[in-house]
Amino acid sequence: MTVTASASETRSRPIQIWLLVWAAALAAVLVVFLLQDRLPWAVNYPASAVVPVADWVSALMRWIKSNLSWLTRSITAVLGVPLDFALNLLAKNFKIGHGTEAYVLPRLSWVGVCAAAFLAGHAIGGRKLSLLVGGCFLYIALFGQWTSAMLTLALISIAVPFCIVTGLFAGIWAWRKPWAERLIVSPALDLMQTIPTFAYLIPMLLLFGNSPVSAMIATAIFATPPMVRATMLGLSRVPSEIDDFSEMAGCTARQKLWRVLLPSARPTLMVGVNQVIMLALNMVIIASMIGAGGLGYDVLLALRALKVGEAMEAGLAIVALAIALDRLSQAIAHKQAKGHVHQEMSPSLWRRYPNLSLAIAILVVTTLLGLFVPALAVVPKAITFTTAPLWKAAVNWVTINFFDTIEAFRVALILNVLNPLRAFCEGFPWLGAVFLLGLAGYQLSGLRLAVLVAALTAFCAITGLWEKTMATVYLCGISAFIACLIGIPIGLMAARSDRFEKIVTPVIDTLQVLPSFCFIIPVVMLFRVGDVTAMIATIAFAVVPAIRYTNHGIRQVPSALIEAAKVSGCTPRQTFFRVQLPLALPEIMLGVNQTILMALAMIIICAMVGTRDLGQEVFIALSKADSGRGIVAGLAIAFIGIVADRLFSAWTAKARARLG
Amino acid sequence: MTDKIDQKPNAAGTLKDARPVKLACRNVWKLFGSNAASFIRERDGKASMADVTAAGLVGAVRAVDLEIRQGEIFIIMGLSGSGKSTLVRCMSRLVEPTHGKVEFEGKDLLKISDAALIELRRHRMGMVFQNFALLPHLNVLENIAFPLSIQGQDRPTREARAREVIELVGLRGREHFYPRELSGGQQQRVGIARSLATKPEIWFLDEPFSALDPLIRREMQDELMRLQTMLHKTIVFITHDFDEAIRLADRIAIMKDGEVIQIGTPEELVVNPATDYVAEFTRDVDRAKVISARSLMRACDGSEHGGTVAPGAKISSFSASIVSTNKPFAVVNGTGKPIGEVSPQAVIDLLAGVDRSRAGA
Repeated sequence: MTVTASASETRSRPIQIWLLVWAAALAAVLVVFLLQDRLPWAVNYPASAVVPVADWVSALMRWIKSNLSWLTRSITAVLGVPLDFALNLLAKNFKIGHGTEAYVLPRLSWVGVCAAAFLAGHAIGGRKLSLLVGGCFLYIALFGQWTSAMLTLALISIAVPFCIVTGLFAGIWAWRKPWAERLIVSPALDLMQTIPTFAYLIPMLLLFGNSPVSAMIATAIFATPPMVRATMLGLSRVPSEIDDFSEMAGCTARQKLWRVLLPSARPTLMVGVNQVIMLALNMVIIASMIGAGGLGYDVLLALRALKVGEAMEAGLAIVALAIALDRLSQAIAHKQAKGHVHQEMSPSLWRRYPNLSLAIAILVVTTLLGLFVPALAVVPKAITFTTAPLWKAAVNWVTINFFDTIEAFRVALILNVLNPLRAFCEGFPWLGAVFLLGLAGYQLSGLRLAVLVAALTAFCAITGLWEKTMATVYLCGISAFIACLIGIPIGLMAARSDRFEKIVTPVIDTLQVLPSFCFIIPVVMLFRVGDVTAMIATIAFAVVPAIRYTNHGIRQVPSALIEAAKVSGCTPRQTFFRVQLPLALPEIMLGVNQTILMALAMIIICAMVGTRDLGQEVFIALSKADSGRGIVAGLAIAFIGIVADRLFSAWTAKARARLG
Repeated sequence: MTDKIDQKPNAAGTLKDARPVKLACRNVWKLFGSNAASFIRERDGKASMADVTAAGLVGAVRAVDLEIRQGEIFIIMGLSGSGKSTLVRCMSRLVEPTHGKVEFEGKDLLKISDAALIELRRHRMGMVFQNFALLPHLNVLENIAFPLSIQGQDRPTREARAREVIELVGLRGREHFYPRELSGGQQQRVGIARSLATKPEIWFLDEPFSALDPLIRREMQDELMRLQTMLHKTIVFITHDFDEAIRLADRIAIMKDGEVIQIGTPEELVVNPATDYVAEFTRDVDRAKVISARSLMRACDGSEHGGTVAPGAKISSFSASIVSTNKPFAVVNGTGKPIGEVSPQAVIDLLAGVDRSRAGA
């Protein structure tokens, strides 16, 4: 008895010490805050001491631009060839010659492309998928978004193979050379995925101009990381026996990689391909700001002119395209995972690939016919219809009838919640934040994390962005908080009821597929521009991982443990609170972590609806092509993400270690 | 400890065998941990378990000496964690031994170049894996032809050879099935066929039947014996199942904590276990199926014989007739000359599990 008592005493002591430490730290920060008249430099970073990192970056970019223009120009020229081909093929027609004598080769007929989409769905996933995919394309055609959508598709179709090849090789390299993974690839991936999409655009704009090529390069950079990760994961997951087998069969290193390991890892690689496609779509939409054109540009123009109807229509076309691409690539990945079914080899291409052959035939025939029948070449105006007036009418109706309610809600939210929080965050002493976060890092993981976290936080302050950083943190924080408040209970319910899960799953699947742009449109219609709009759109965007991870975390608790709890006489309530929830906690924390990162990404995009934070900083830099300012703000955003991610990961790792 | 060392040579040396040594391990060590190589080099290849543990190392394989002869089925038997898988991987250099020599036909495998090793593995070694290790993206025919295609054989040649081995393992008609469409037993047949396609001389089987149901396992063991009567490979077979070892083995090496504690024929292990650990394994074995007439034989005392048996005949093969005639059987050598006799009482004692020799001693 005494032994256990003393043991528990020694175990509980560190926790009490930490409690005291935290109390002291908070008190110290409070003192700094109260003494801000005496110590203004500790609260607001003095403007005179700002390190002009932005100017350095600008100078570097200027140097690159003036000295390496031969390189950027040749890259533009080389990449422009396949890109132009794809753009012409899908959207723009080929023009041979100049002026009025130019001979025009037509683009692929819309009827043919729809039929090809239908057949692709049929070949990969059967009737249901073919109807879905074909339907999505038909929808795009009938709603008059064809040319824009094909522009977007052309960009994706060139960027995606590029991403896949680059990602594959980078992944192989990182897998082969552990030092490369640790020192180069992993940090680069972290940075690439946390730097906001906007920030990519600025250097691209500067180096490659306002053109589809720069949009494509930005897309390629943004969409490659999942492929690298999937390659590393897939290769490391190949069973060791298969590895041994390839050795024993006498494979050379190259044969082993290309003929054994990569094919064995194919299911995981295909999951990576799916993610690459979806990220590329997301980025192509955003890259419309630097000349990608397509659906994203339509949305952008409409949003700028506050034409909600048009924006909504283009947005829905993006949704249709996203759903079609996602379901197709997922079906391919799924098919790969299930493996092949035996079939006799048949000699002719036609017999072996009936759908492919038919699709090619239809494409050729309809395109050639399109030369004579214009209805096949261009979607005839007569059969398209537009819902823009309908959306406009709906918004008008809502505004007329519910204006007071919505406005009251909005104002109440701003006055009572958002503004005080914002004031608190912006007034928070930077020195205190650096100190407290460093302390948290030290408690959770040790000195290394503490130094990293403190340094990254300090970067935000010494570059003179402290106020905007805290504005971002406030909006991101409250959105992520509300998203978790909504998402975790939904996840818990989904975990406890199969029927509810069946309803929730398709909804969150769809939410996850939608490019971030699309979330803004309907919210803007109701709440106009401002922080409330940004917050609501962010919540809708970021709620998915909270739901998904919670559900998964609860469900992955081993059934043997639940049975053990039941046998020991737990009520369902006790089972849930005392067994399932504690065991699922690390997974739920992971979901919260993802929610925060997604909220951060979204908040930045919400700069388009007039928030005043780092996103706005990037946005302004983009419009002025001020690369230094944009990149520094982008880094600050990335650092917020990295700080949050590292602290949460350390916490989760600690919780996991405790559970064993 | 001392008595174990005393018994070692006598346990391993009883089998007089003129067949050449195909593969030999000479004081092979595999240690995990930092500075493992210098640790064992400094001690000149000698270290006790306590030394290894004290140095913070893990001894997966320790001081293994064994010789595998051409055409024999040599079984390495041990419980999980005993180092048997690591040992077999040292023999094929899938795992690089920390110390010692692995000799293939007298040549040190650890000294040959990478290219020579690839050549050796391509043409002279084959391996079958516990979880089959079939390539999921290839069908049966392509899986079996894979090692040949790695060697650069053209499609007609390698597919012809693949069809031959498919025939051999009884998988005809399944050529175009993919691994996931096959049962476990069928998948392992593919694994066996694949390892035989290159006509290897030495055949490593790493717990090939452990992932299979007991009934299928038995069927596959019979299949292996059938193949061996046709092919006469040198087989190194890993298992944790002593019954399986006894059924298949010419000789068995028993491993514990990375050490080989006894090598011998099944009969030697049963009759003369080197340690209590080995005795524990052999306790539940059906002795009549393992022990031969030679072991029960005593000098003829002139009484009338009810029949004759060969010295190597297992007791179970004549126990029924000797008990029913109730007369001793003469044990005769190849030329028909009696060299001793087996009494019915000795057989009954064996069947009943009465151990008179031990009780007397």
